[in-house]
Amino acid sequence: MFEALSEKLESIFKRLRGKGLLKEADVEVALKEIRLVLLEADVNFKVVKDFTQKIKEKSIGKDVLESLTPGQQVIKILNEELCELLGKINTRIQLSPNPPTIIMMVGLHGSGKTTTAAKLARLFKKEGRRPMLVAADLQRPAAIDQLVTLGAQIGVPVYHSKETNNPLTLCQDAVKKAKTDARDIVILDTAGRLHIDESLMTELQKIKESVAPKEVIFVADAMTGQDAVNIAKNFEEQIGIDGIILTKMDGDARGGAALSIRAITGKPIKFIGVGEKIEMLEPFYPERIASRILGMGDVLSLIEKAQKSFDQKEAEKLQKTIIDESFTFDDLKDHLKKLRSMGPLENILGMIPGMNKIKNLDVDEREIVKIEAIINSMTKKERKNHNIIDGNRRRRIAIGSGTTVADVNRLVKQYIEIKRMLKMFKGKKGFKLPKFLPF
Amino acid sequence: MGFFEKLKQGLAKTKKGFIEKVEAIFTGRKIDEETLEELEEALILSDVGTKATSEIMTAIREKAKRGEVGDTVSVKELLKKEMITILGNAQPLVVYGEKPFVILSVGVNGVGKTTTIGKLASRFRSEGLSVILAAGDTFRAAGIEQLEIWAKRADAQFVKHQSGSDPAAVAFDAITAAKHRGIDVVIIDTAGRLHTKSPLMEELKKVKRVIEKAMPNAPHEVLLVVDATTGQNALRQAQMFNEAIGVTGIALAKLDGTAKGGIVFAIKKDFGIPVRLIGIGEGLDDLRDFNPEEFVEALFS
Repeated sequence: MFEALSEKLESIFKRLRGKGLLKEADVEVALKEIRLVLLEADVNFKVVKDFTQKIKEKSIGKDVLESLTPGQQVIKILNEELCELLGKINTRIQLSPNPPTIIMMVGLHGSGKTTTAAKLARLFKKEGRRPMLVAADLQRPAAIDQLVTLGAQIGVPVYHSKETNNPLTLCQDAVKKAKTDARDIVILDTAGRLHIDESLMTELQKIKESVAPKEVIFVADAMTGQDAVNIAKNFEEQIGIDGIILTKMDGDARGGAALSIRAITGKPIKFIGVGEKIEMLEPFYPERIASRILGMGDVLSLIEKAQKSFDQKEAEKLQKTIIDESFTFDDLKDHLKKLRSMGPLENILGMIPGMNKIKNLDVDEREIVKIEAIINSMTKKERKNHNIIDGNRRRRIAIGSGTTVADVNRLVKQYIEIKRMLKMFKGKKGFKLPKFLPF
Repeated sequence: MGFFEKLKQGLAKTKKGFIEKVEAIFTGRKIDEETLEELEEALILSDVGTKATSEIMTAIREKAKRGEVGDTVSVKELLKKEMITILGNAQPLVVYGEKPFVILSVGVNGVGKTTTIGKLASRFRSEGLSVILAAGDTFRAAGIEQLEIWAKRADAQFVKHQSGSDPAAVAFDAITAAKHRGIDVVIIDTAGRLHTKSPLMEELKKVKRVIEKAMPNAPHEVLLVVDATTGQNALRQAQMFNEAIGVTGIALAKLDGTAKGGIVFAIKKDFGIPVRLIGIGEGLDDLRDFNPEEFVEALFS
């Protein structure tokens, strides 16, 4: 998508090259494309309108920097404005001077409050604090059981009661209990509710007034569409929120809701949920979400993750192999191994621009074991030159690795695909090869 | 209260914003560029999507050019007609053929799968059909317990394994049990999964294969539950689930908020998958057949 956008912008501005200034008519055409991209990413219509107006004002008459094409210049402005609107990195949750710090999770049904509450509790525990979870969702069947199970997984106590149906008294009792147990963090998992359900919103207000949480965290699904503004507005106006956590960011939703919610509430997005597993909560980086909304792929996240797994020397060696195109099956094996230490493969692959388009790269975690076996069954020559791997050799490799010829065929195909892609990255004008591309 | 009234009531909250918008557009103004633009905005704000919106608008613009749209009433009628045409005929979920009729419920996390099939089970029970609910969400903490509570509420039979067990085995056992007991309908719950997670989609394919083994021609319905608040990503969901296991119908959940559910137009246009059911509240009987005319009518009335 980003490629499509940048190509479109490039062609729009082609005739402009050398003129030095961004003209209104040209900017207008570019903005039309940008508007479509933002709408496709689920940014709210009105937010898009205001936003593109701002871009227009900032772009027109601007000198085109020498090193940039006009298209790149507009994207640069677009990206800067997006990042500004999305806010700064802010993952701090304020703590009360008098413990316990009470944190209240609110949001619609199915936005991911319960899972996120447990993820937060885990973070606090890792920091050496003594969190307590409170199962205040008395609406959804088995919600209490869910939180109790998650609490047990992370070793955090869960305050709950199946006797009461009053979340207000439950929360009050929970806070008392936290004090006697010397718990310094209390996370209230409230029931999902519609932002237009007056009685349930009033119930939240009452809980807020009564227990005075230090922070109210609004949990929102990254897949939310145009309605994100209405939902966020209602929660902000009726309850008042202090921070936002966006969930289900591990899917392929472009996450335009982030922009809508920020524009409406002005409150910081603190974390994003990137998986069902309890440790999958990450800080929110505006630049990355901006890239994602524009469809640029999360190159930065990828680089950071890769940096953790590769040491500098290895990285240099890797970059050399990429540039030399001497990428062999041995390299593939090496990199797959390292990839595994970086987290689930699909997460990593999803972050690479254009990667989701490459069909044969649909690598399953379990497949890696197979791939390793296949590569181990190759001769040294075969590993260096895939062209010599003919039918007979494939059969031998399959038998040797306990796989099938089809498996071997698939691996060879994937390998060729990766090689081709590396070439593509290398050849791409204006595309800066990530320093630590994991292949 | 007739169905139409109930639907209107359920949609009352939903439609408010949209209708206000559309009403404002339609009150006594002749069609002009500004009107068309406002109309376009209303569609976009309803999550109809840029592609579907542009097709609808192109059709209306052409008719406007040909002079077919004189006053504002006919613009409204025209828009309704366009939207109904996209949705096609009503295709409700009908139980047919040899017992049991097997429904596989799938979708991403948190869309309302378990709630939807709980309500669906209750509806079948009230129609006098016997129902087994199969606890195929063995992944989520307390996923089984949640469905069990719904089974009790709906007075349906319940088949479960332990948490973490193979969902395909649960499905197999449920169908086998249904055959032995002469049950009419088996509804299989599955864990929510993002359509981008290939191992989880593979697992779903396996569930389907095992269902086919337990009973040829089953599942008779693969129901994708979609959250009405979801934006354009619902299209990707429909595409990926359809490619993996072949989706036969959509259940549009959580239509009682302010989200407009406009994504159903795009899903029908792009993939031809009909919407079967809509969820318009949290009550046991707040699940309705999707009827395109009434849906569009209720949006515009």
